[in-house]
Amino acid sequence: MNLRNEMRLEFLSRSQNEAFARVAVAAFAAQLDPTLEEIADIKTAVSEAVTNAIIHGYDNPNEYVQLITQIYDDCVVIEVIDHGKGIEDIELARQPLYTSKPELERSGMGFTVMETFMDEVEVNSAPGQGTKVRMVKYIRNDTAETERDE
Amino acid sequence: MLTGNERKKDILIVRLEGELDHHHAEEIRKSLDELLEDSSIRHLILDLRNLNFMDSSGIGVFIGRYKTISKRGGQVCITNVNPQLARILDVSGLYRILKVYNTVEQAVDGIRGEAV
Repeated sequence: MNLRNEMRLEFLSRSQNEAFARVAVAAFAAQLDPTLEEIADIKTAVSEAVTNAIIHGYDNPNEYVQLITQIYDDCVVIEVIDHGKGIEDIELARQPLYTSKPELERSGMGFTVMETFMDEVEVNSAPGQGTKVRMVKYIRNDTAETERDE
Repeated sequence: MLTGNERKKDILIVRLEGELDHHHAEEIRKSLDELLEDSSIRHLILDLRNLNFMDSSGIGVFIGRYKTISKRGGQVCITNVNPQLARILDVSGLYRILKVYNTVEQAVDGIRGEAV
């Protein structure tokens, strides 16, 4: 894989930065000339991962979330990293409708949305050490692209 | 945020604008709940025409309001759903509990049709 470009951002774990993060990644990924749908997919997945870092990773607005975006010839690779609590049971956390914070009216669909909108989602986490979510989106640049079936 | 709402007898029509993510969810939830304190409201129509972005935080907001409305024997309808929103609603299973209409007028007719 030929790395074409890379950017790294760090921002405080505050909810205002969710919009900043997804717009920043979308603007950077525009270099690959993605479709509007691909851009929307990326924005949604980044929003989910960054929200998870802010709500579940830290639950404290004075820590830093790291966001790395790499552009390759045919894909965008995004890493969202926090050094917060970590996830004890990753399989459980990834299950649809599972939420550790039902009192916040969270839907528990964050990982499911990431998996639906991105081509690959990998979660690395350990209690007390934080969480890294790595997501890959292939940019097809192909108008004949067929819709994925459910 | 909520921009403008309208009453048609026991139906409350609310327009959502901008972005519905975790950051904005709390404000939208509070505004909706304040409006729903009026117990004469039985049905809720959420018009998403000017909603530019939503992630799974919006699903939580919709499900919460659905619980309130369904206790009153009413329906929650959403209108003007763009393709991106449609996919989020689809993966979350919200289509099973919310009714989707193209326009607010069709939603009002739909509710009236079933209420008879």
